[in-house]
Amino acid sequence: MQQILSRVNKTSTFATSLISIVLGMLVGAIMMMAAGYDPVLAYRALFASALLQPYDLGESIRTITPLILTGLAVALAFRTGLFNIGVEGQFIVGQLAAVIVGLKLGLPPVLHAVVAVIAGGLAGALWAAVPGLLKATRGVHEVIISIMMNFIALNLSNVMIRKWLTEGSDSTPKIPDSASLRVDFLSQLFGGSRIHLGIFLALAMALFMFYLLWKTKLGYELRAVGHNPLASEYAGMSVKRNIILSMMISGLFAGFAGASELLGTAGYHSIQAAFTGVGFDGIAVALLGANTPLGVILSSVLFGVLTYGGGNMQFEAGVPFEVIRVVFAAIILFVAANISGPLVDLFFRRRRGRHLARNLD
Amino acid sequence: MNKTSWVALLLSAVLVLAVGCGGQQNGGKADSGFTVGMVTDTGGLNDESFNQTAWEGIKRTKNELGAEIKALESKRDEDYVPNLTKFARDGRDITWAVGFKFEKAIPEVASQFPNAKFGIVDSNLGGKIPDNVTAVTFKEEEGSFLMGVLAGLTTKTNKVGFIGGISSPLIKKFEAGYRAGVHAANPKATVQVAYAESFTDATKGRSLAQSMYNNGVDVIFHAAGGVGKGLFDEVKTREKGKFWAIGVDMDQSALAPDHTLSSMIKRVDVAVFEITKELKEGKLQPGKQVELGLKENGVGLAETTSKHVPADVLKKVDEFKQKIINGEIKVPKTEEELNQFLTK
Repeated sequence: MQQILSRVNKTSTFATSLISIVLGMLVGAIMMMAAGYDPVLAYRALFASALLQPYDLGESIRTITPLILTGLAVALAFRTGLFNIGVEGQFIVGQLAAVIVGLKLGLPPVLHAVVAVIAGGLAGALWAAVPGLLKATRGVHEVIISIMMNFIALNLSNVMIRKWLTEGSDSTPKIPDSASLRVDFLSQLFGGSRIHLGIFLALAMALFMFYLLWKTKLGYELRAVGHNPLASEYAGMSVKRNIILSMMISGLFAGFAGASELLGTAGYHSIQAAFTGVGFDGIAVALLGANTPLGVILSSVLFGVLTYGGGNMQFEAGVPFEVIRVVFAAIILFVAANISGPLVDLFFRRRRGRHLARNLD
Repeated sequence: MNKTSWVALLLSAVLVLAVGCGGQQNGGKADSGFTVGMVTDTGGLNDESFNQTAWEGIKRTKNELGAEIKALESKRDEDYVPNLTKFARDGRDITWAVGFKFEKAIPEVASQFPNAKFGIVDSNLGGKIPDNVTAVTFKEEEGSFLMGVLAGLTTKTNKVGFIGGISSPLIKKFEAGYRAGVHAANPKATVQVAYAESFTDATKGRSLAQSMYNNGVDVIFHAAGGVGKGLFDEVKTREKGKFWAIGVDMDQSALAPDHTLSSMIKRVDVAVFEITKELKEGKLQPGKQVELGLKENGVGLAETTSKHVPADVLKKVDEFKQKIINGEIKVPKTEEELNQFLTK
């Protein structure tokens, strides 16, 4: 019995996520029925059209790519006990740095793209270093600072586009092919979709995060600070240094997300009236993925498919895209409220009850 | 909720998913008729601006041409390409992209689907229009000229105002036309010009309107999207019959019924409908820019204009309209053309 219990506990994060997904989609289905749509048709349209055609599969992967990176960014900060809500802003400065390098530097192919991606990552890291530094030295809460940094990033990027990168225009010109992350071979494999090399960068970063956190001394320190800063301090670790480092690595991931999205998907930067939400979706992705690299990849796949397929759902079944946002929110609500805990518990107790009854016989 | 119902809930969830994945295929496609698609920009279908008016035009194609219609709303800039692609793959006869934000997406998708037809509103793609695209633009300066005439004839203080959104060639067209109109109708009147450098900041619009009215301006025309809402908020608080606002894009008189002189309407619906109709009748030659002005009924005065504007003023406005239509007056589009116009 004890063995079963411990096994349930081990698998519980996975079960929690799975049950929450099912419940979340059920909430979506109920909403659709209430609004007079056919949930069966809608969900079938969603999954079929997001995955079956090569073009759609490519576009789904394109949607998944930035989610993995922003999810990793949030997850890594979580592990050090930091809530990096500024991923959105770090994403934007990543885009900005990438487009500046893409447009202003004339470099040969490959090198141009590499420099642009690195510039984006560094910009994100620097942007995240500010809240990290303030948290470490002045004790200011990172949530407040990083939210404010989001607005600074948004408006900074708008001003730069309007005043410096263009002459009062709404969007920059397209970056030259030398800086693009799109590869003809890959695009053609996926029916001419906008899939790009960013996905490999994202997967590599997931691997990097796993290695860093669980295979290196620095990673051990980062996690230790997250578990108990006082004990870590007592053990001789520098809490301040680890907080700043954690924020910077987190920002690096977010900056990579922005750079790859710009260099691979759009190819230009435009003035934004509001946040794109890719950074905020990273919070949901990290939460559902239980802050592990593999979990982040899996939940990015789910959210990416739901996001891209949501558009098709609107196309095929006429269901508004907002329903998918409700499903997102419901899934997160169920994860956060840990609704599956009692469910697993209940299932387990019932079986034990039967078992006992049988033994009595 | 008791334990059994939780289990039941979970089971039904699994059931929904199972049925969802195993059901049979039946798409909602039209059999053989004429099909029209429309992709909005991030403003969405109910933006009280050009997306909404464009959709009105598309709905007319359903009623009058029997077209099967469908719209997709873009949530992010990244959605433009896949949304257009969906319609192109679906084999739509024409797909409309509403707004200049599609400038980069349209050439990309159009070259991927050379056999599909596309239309774009409010952009001429920098003059490089692919063979399967029709670009619709409007002569905003002509409509704005009439607003200038209206303002010039209405003002008692001989001071009128203009609030622009972001200073760009498009909004300069409004300004140039308006100032020329004021000059033509009332050479004594001066025009105060201000740019909000935003299309969304209503607070900025209100403070600009406030300082203009305080400086003795009594009529203000805006071409500033959401910024203009601030103008209407401000004019509402002022004396009736003395202070006026002029709206843009669609009839905005509902925002301040007692203070709205007129609105310069852009008939995006007419444009979208007429071009779609030409395509159905086989008369459309894509790959070109279609420019709609007063003559084509692409821009004009809102119907509610007669509510506050006396008949003799309306008659004057109509005279100017005729002069523009038969080419007697050439309305300036840029700062330079305006300066030439003013010194004539």
